[in-house]
Amino acid sequence: MNDLRLFERAQAVDETKISAKGVNVHYGAAHALKDVSVEIGDRRVTAFIGPSGCGKSTFLRCLNRMNDTIPSARVTGRIELDGQDIYDPRVDPVQLRAKVGMVFQKPNPFPKSIYENVAYGPRIHGLARSRADMDAIVEKALRRAALWNEAKDRLNAPGTGLSGGQQQRLCIARAVATEPEVLLMDEPCSALDPIATAQVEELIDELRQNYSVVIVTHSMQQAARVSQRTAFFHLGHLVEYGETGQIFTNPRDPRTESYISGRIG
Amino acid sequence: MPAGWLLLLVLLIAALGYGLGRRRALVSAGGNIRVLHSLPAAYGWNVAMAVLIPSLLVLALWSFAAPRVIGAMVVPLLGAGEGEVSLLMGDVRRVAEGLVRLGVDVSTVAPEGLRERLGEVGIALGQDVSPATLAAAARYDVLAARSDWLMTVLVLAIALGAAAWTIRRTTSALRARNEVERGVLGLLVAAALVAIATTVGIVLALISNTIKFFGLYPATDFFFGTTWSPSFGGGSELGILPLVWGTLYISAISLLVAVPLGLLSAIYLSEYASPRVRAWAKPMLEVLAGIPSIVYGLFALLTVGPALLVVFGDGGLGIMQGGTAVITAGLVMGIMLIPFVSSLSDDIINAVPQAIRDGSLGLGATPSETIRQVVIPAALPGIMGAILLAASRAIGETMIVVLGAGAAARLSLNPFDAMTTITAKIVSQLTGDSDFNSPEALVAFALGMTLFVVTLALNVLALWIVRRYREQYE
Ligand SMILES: Nc1ncnc2c1ncn2[C@@H]1O[C@H](COP(=O)(O)OP(=O)(O)O)[C@@H](O)[C@H]1O
Ligand SMILES: [Mg+2]
Repeated sequence: MNDLRLFERAQAVDETKISAKGVNVHYGAAHALKDVSVEIGDRRVTAFIGPSGCGKSTFLRCLNRMNDTIPSARVTGRIELDGQDIYDPRVDPVQLRAKVGMVFQKPNPFPKSIYENVAYGPRIHGLARSRADMDAIVEKALRRAALWNEAKDRLNAPGTGLSGGQQQRLCIARAVATEPEVLLMDEPCSALDPIATAQVEELIDELRQNYSVVIVTHSMQQAARVSQRTAFFHLGHLVEYGETGQIFTNPRDPRTESYISGRIG
Repeated sequence: MPAGWLLLLVLLIAALGYGLGRRRALVSAGGNIRVLHSLPAAYGWNVAMAVLIPSLLVLALWSFAAPRVIGAMVVPLLGAGEGEVSLLMGDVRRVAEGLVRLGVDVSTVAPEGLRERLGEVGIALGQDVSPATLAAAARYDVLAARSDWLMTVLVLAIALGAAAWTIRRTTSALRARNEVERGVLGLLVAAALVAIATTVGIVLALISNTIKFFGLYPATDFFFGTTWSPSFGGGSELGILPLVWGTLYISAISLLVAVPLGLLSAIYLSEYASPRVRAWAKPMLEVLAGIPSIVYGLFALLTVGPALLVVFGDGGLGIMQGGTAVITAGLVMGIMLIPFVSSLSDDIINAVPQAIRDGSLGLGATPSETIRQVVIPAALPGIMGAILLAASRAIGETMIVVLGAGAAARLSLNPFDAMTTITAKIVSQLTGDSDFNSPEALVAFALGMTLFVVTLALNVLALWIVRRYREQYE
């Protein structure tokens, strides 16, 4: 019995959700991301670490084609989601983003009520058949983002009236409400206090049951706490990628070693 | 001394004061700038401002008050009744001016032939100079010369006194910088007060003339009368309703044109247009805003009216009698308002943070869903403001209506009828050869007052809406 579960788990661990090969990104003439290849596993948390400006956000934005919205950005290389090239002309970036959700560094709730913020994604994708359906989706998303208790009595209050930490959890609830398969989080805790951070980390751990999560973080402790795999970026290069435990205890590259011991940053 | 020379002299004193104040401060510090409380220039400015502010204030007030005071003093010499005084005083001033130009001795000059002599120096009079007028004019000149002299002495005394006093006070410890700061503050407050006082003055003039009008014509007939037929012979009917109707009808049509077109072009420009398209399309739209409204009026009269007549006139559908109609003015005014709506809305839409657009796109929304459900709601208060601004422009617009809508005050639902508006009627009531004290002329003030109240109400409404939305969204 025990053995069987172990076996299943090992199976899940080996599945690749996103595979990037030879990805380069230019902003105009600036070469921001240089030949990055990564395999991101299903149902696990992958952390991107590295000094500011090394291209973590740029790479993250490649994974759901958010770079399409930046006129100067040019992406080359191949990125596959479940074996399908996401930069294939036949792929609709709109549908892709429904599958690959994103939480941004700065909380960006819509100027709408808390309820409408969460219901936004399900509504545009037609996920709810009735008002009761929608109520259930909103409640579930808010519960998963650990915001339900604070928000349940003020669902019609504007989302922009919440505190910074609450706003970020609202944005997370908004993202999980559309049931994405992958959730990209760009420094989701950088504007949060330690308590809210702990709540978000708990949430990430829980999300791992259903999604793969990619999180950019500046906090090495956070990467160590929540992720199973860690990628270290430096000056646009992917320097090292491996099991989180190995990266932090036994890095292979001297640059990784200097970064995690605080010598470059 | 002429005011121009006096002004120059005061400026000279101020400049000298600047130099002396600066020097004295430096000397009192023994040439060591670090000992000074303020920079040397501040001491100079302190003196210059102490000279300029009071003396120029007195100069301005005196120049403003003196003609009025002197006028009041010579009125008794005319021995005229209340009604004629204002007319006669005009002559008195011109004769007084002429006597100065002729350079004659005012105590000996005779009224005979004076009109011709004045004509030669460029003073044209409507009638011969009567002895009473001449006496008043002579007295006026004497008083004016005396006032001039007094003003010169007073202003120079103030300028020199202020300079001397301030230079004496100048030591290294004087807080010149702070005093200059206070002076600057005073100037700013004064500028603001001038603006406010002018507004208040205009409103008061409007109100007092409106009250005068309602003394001659019943207010209920004005506000509820459905006929507008002024006749300068008396027996006018001055009901405002047809004018209000015409104003609202034309404004509504123009907004119906301008708001959708303006808003959609703003959305295109801010959300879809490539930087290259934007770079030429936005200035093009703004050129539209720079076209004077009289040009739009010509366009309405010569192009749009005849074009509409071809389709809807007797040769076509037969529902339009002439080229000037509500629809003509409304369409052209709508075109005029497009850049207002689009340019303002474009700025407002651009001010919506990119982060919330990204948030929506990141959830798998299409660009148009993002615009409809996130960007526009966020920009709505500003867009409402832009629309109300356009509305108050439409209501106040005159030239297009005068040329494009016709002159008939009419209560009709047919947009192909000629109608007219409040502004157009204000023009026609005041451009006739009318007595300014008749109800037919004074009604212009009542119309203006109504317009002012409506526009004010629109602006208040705009502010209220904006505030309500802001509470909701921030
Ligand atoms: N929109 C953009 N336009 C031009 N350059 C950009 C843009 N976004 C990021 N860059 C550049 O790309 C590099 C990587 O940035 P980014 O991915 O944001 O780094 P990180 O998230 O690791 O701090 C930086 O040098 C940055 O200046
Ligand atoms: Mg970043």
